Amino acid sequence: MITLGHYLVLAAILFCVSIAGIFINRKNVIILLMAIELMLLAVNMNFVAFSAFLGDPGGQIFVFFILTVAAAESAIGLAILVLLFRNRATINVEELDTMKG
Amino acid sequence: MPFESLLFYFLATVLVIAGMAVVTLRNPVHCALALVLTFFTCACLWLLLRAEFLAIALVLVYVGAVMVLFLFVVMMLDIKSLPGREGFTTYLPVGLIVAGVMLAELVVLMGAGKLMQGGGVQDAAKAQGLSNTEWIGRTLFSDYILPFEIAALILTVAIVAAVALTLRRRPNVRVQDPAKQAAVRSEDRLRLVDLPSATRSKQA
Repeated sequence: MITLGHYLVLAAILFCVSIAGIFINRKNVIILLMAIELMLLAVNMNFVAFSAFLGDPGGQIFVFFILTVAAAESAIGLAILVLLFRNRATINVEELDTMKG
Repeated sequence: MPFESLLFYFLATVLVIAGMAVVTLRNPVHCALALVLTFFTCACLWLLLRAEFLAIALVLVYVGAVMVLFLFVVMMLDIKSLPGREGFTTYLPVGLIVAGVMLAELVVLMGAGKLMQGGGVQDAAKAQGLSNTEWIGRTLFSDYILPFEIAALILTVAIVAAVALTLRRRPNVRVQDPAKQAAVRSEDRLRLVDLPSATRSKQA
């Protein structure tokens, strides 16, 4: 039988895949944004699993809010990306060092 | 093995493989398409958890809107100028070590082995005689009405911010200014000149 533990382990695997993705695609901002979306998906999976197994609607409501905020975040992130490409003609993270941070 | 377990393992395999494809493929378009597959498979898993409303919302919002936005942005950028994958092999061991250690820690800390002996999904909505959507809706519009309205505000601010960020003001473009057009008065356009009339016979 599929239990809460199965879903939690699956979400943890997905989260770690996206962590590794951020490490290996350090140059490309688009793929970094996609890895962030993947991470949010893993967290959402935890929320839905807890909500379903504990019988509490709160978890699913929270997923609803996370979806809202993630949509806003990716819209603004992509807008910044377009702006960056227009001004600097690159989205390589290594070349974006204007602030010398 | 019951059908539900079989379905879970199949979907979980597809989910993890598609997630790995997102972070390892070379072409960003392929990455975006793999991400679509990931979201869709996740929606199927949420259906197994009896969260129908969120599963459909995930497909509509993510596959329908956010991923199309991603594909549009990839299309607008010049794909040949995108950074290559120098350093892929240098960072791969570090990434794998961090991810592996983190996964091990997460699984141990959650006590996944113990949790795997628990019960199955409780369908709390069905126990109350409601559908999943109704169950979420009743909670959302009673206990969580203020966060719901704040979320609407956040979305509005995000729209305005995205438009304001990408709005381009070009100096040498001729555009109409409707406000100026509407505010024009007849005196600005038309000049009445009083000319005395003259006849040829008088001149002669």
